Amino acid sequence: MRKKIMYSFPDEVLEHVFSFIQSDKDRNAVSVVCKSWCEIERWCRRKVFIGNCYAVSPRMVIKRFPEVRSIELKGKPHFADFNLVPDGWGGYVLPWIVEMAGAYPWLEEIRLKRMVVTDESLELIAKSFKNFKVLVLFSCEGFSTDGLAAIAAGCKNLRELDLRESEVDDLSGHWLRHFPETCTSLLSLNISCLGSDEVSVSALERLVGRCPNLKSLRLNRGVTVDKIANILHRAPQLVDFGTGSYSAELRPDVLLNLAGAFSCCKELKSLSGFWDVVPAYLPALYSVCSRLTSLNLSYATIQNPEIIKLVSNCPNLQRLLVLDYIEDSGLEALASSCKDLQELRVFPSDPFGAEPHVSLTEQGLVAVSLGCPKLQSVLYFCRRMTNAALVTIAQNSPNFTRFRLCIIEPKTADYLTLEPLDVGFGAIVEHCKDLRRLSLSGLLTDRVFEYIGTYAKKLEMLSVAFAGDSDLGLHHVLSGCESLRKLEIRDCPFGDKALLANAAKLETMRSLWMSSCTVSFGACKLIGLKMPRLNVEVIDETEPPDSRPESCPVEKLYIYRSVSGPRFDMPPFVWTMDEERKVMH
Amino acid sequence: METEKDLNLEATELRLGLPGTSNESAKNTTHRSNKRALPEQPMSANIDTASKNCDQETAQHTKAQVVGWPPIRSYRKNCLQPKKSEAEMSGIYVKVSMDGAPYLRKIDLKVVKGYPELLKALEDMFKFKAGEYSEREGYNGSEFVPTYEDKDGDWMLVGDVPWEMFTSCCKKLRIMKGSEARGLGCVV
Repeated sequence: MRKKIMYSFPDEVLEHVFSFIQSDKDRNAVSVVCKSWCEIERWCRRKVFIGNCYAVSPRMVIKRFPEVRSIELKGKPHFADFNLVPDGWGGYVLPWIVEMAGAYPWLEEIRLKRMVVTDESLELIAKSFKNFKVLVLFSCEGFSTDGLAAIAAGCKNLRELDLRESEVDDLSGHWLRHFPETCTSLLSLNISCLGSDEVSVSALERLVGRCPNLKSLRLNRGVTVDKIANILHRAPQLVDFGTGSYSAELRPDVLLNLAGAFSCCKELKSLSGFWDVVPAYLPALYSVCSRLTSLNLSYATIQNPEIIKLVSNCPNLQRLLVLDYIEDSGLEALASSCKDLQELRVFPSDPFGAEPHVSLTEQGLVAVSLGCPKLQSVLYFCRRMTNAALVTIAQNSPNFTRFRLCIIEPKTADYLTLEPLDVGFGAIVEHCKDLRRLSLSGLLTDRVFEYIGTYAKKLEMLSVAFAGDSDLGLHHVLSGCESLRKLEIRDCPFGDKALLANAAKLETMRSLWMSSCTVSFGACKLIGLKMPRLNVEVIDETEPPDSRPESCPVEKLYIYRSVSGPRFDMPPFVWTMDEERKVMH
Repeated sequence: METEKDLNLEATELRLGLPGTSNESAKNTTHRSNKRALPEQPMSANIDTASKNCDQETAQHTKAQVVGWPPIRSYRKNCLQPKKSEAEMSGIYVKVSMDGAPYLRKIDLKVVKGYPELLKALEDMFKFKAGEYSEREGYNGSEFVPTYEDKDGDWMLVGDVPWEMFTSCCKKLRIMKGSEARGLGCVV
């Protein structure tokens, strides 16, 4: 009876307290305290994040959280980015939109990643949600400029339209004209993924001119550098700007106008775009360099000394994306100029070339790790590496949260000692206690997985390719990595034993992807049988997996936990176990 | 190096057979079927690459053939192609329509080196005669007027801008006819 009094705050008080709790983790914790807290919390949850759209059905989400205003959904597995997931696999958003159209008339925000979005879905969004504000389509596909026109015309209070890295079908160049003259609410517009023909510059200028709160604008490759000045003059308040194609016939008046326009943008902190750079136009940027915290030059085919000149002028840089044209010398310059650097991504300019034609080696990364104490996140493509370099990097940068190294040739050994790179990556996981994401490459044995299982206790996502000797490797990871959520593996000699021995672990993770490994169809069936809360999907594009002996390895396998059972939209090349324990698709 | 016995995987593993029976199928986990060595290319890949890959069953790690490696998004690979060389290799094909004609044609702006040649080619293609071009009056003396759609989506009179500028911004050609054409005599 004492207990009862303790918990008898009025619901409104609890709801008010809960409104200060924004993170999903905390909200989830609140909801399991007791039944009444669960009930109050679910009515006032406004934001839902669903990391795998097949882990739960739309109806279940709506039933539990009836007053959602913002939803984020992810669809295809990460390896879909590299064409490992066949077209038609799934990730369709339409069923979600249909259900939400009825249940959430006040929905304001939809954020999607790696999902298939059709024009029909976009039209339904425009029609159904009167207060719709934010649409983010990250790496999505399946829609055209017709769908975009519907959004532009239908969403009267649109604040954010972000199409980053999506694939859009160009049907008409004039969808931007569908934003009515009354639309003045845009804060953010990212159309960088559109092809050359898909934007009317005059409509863009007018739109930008009437949106005084526009903070972020990323143009597509079709907009040339001579058009930028007019746009920037209409939006001097921009904080984040993506140029289009940074080229045009070289004319002094264009350069002058451009420099003038950039210098008017006193709030500009982030730049990107830079396709087809004509180096003579780079000086126009110098006035903003001192304020830049983020610079994406990863499409810019410029070389040194232009790159060095640019980054040396950016002392406040926190984030740099660049091609390997920067070379070791450029990275050394970066290390001495940019002491606040937190994130570095270096992409290959010639990923399929046999011989390196730029001088970018392990030395560049060592220099940056030495010179930039705040470095936390690295994505680095290179052609050679040593254990010694990795150990040095690990010791210099114990704060790494994300470390992704891609040595371009699979199974490349330490080029000095010819040994596997086990010790080097072992040092990374041992020293970087907060490491959440790791991608491996180079020659690796089961030993590296032993290190990972022993030390990488906070690791949430691991990507493995062409590594390991036996099931022991996989077993180390599955049994040792306590925080593991996503594991993706390709071309490794991992088979049934480790998977079957650690099947229960899979229910604690979001998903497991394995392709070109040695997991048998029999093992897949067994897991599907024993673990009803896992969806075990086998992908085979050549023939049905049960037309071969059960011991034959499957092509690709995707296992994820789900509370809504097998999905209903599987294409012919995906097989799973249904409730009757039959193999179906 | 630990052996599987030390891990005692067998004691914890889920097995296909009844408890107590030996697990024959586990021995076959390293068996590779022919099908699996067949590659990573989906069925829809063209015949050439499929047959090439059959020959390279054992050489799975040949750089050029490994799907999805190195792990770079495809839009990034496309962006590394400089726009310039694309244009150098292939022509600049634009659609040409004529009011009243039942279907469209295509013309390569690289092949015709300038306006006179372009007009001649269009006249031959659609069997008409354009008028005399002057900067002040546009095309005089014909009911047919050649126009083009530029990058901004606006319809412009052919001939006003320098040839290089025209080829870089022309998206489509349209030969207007009749009263609509007369209205376009001089584009501001």
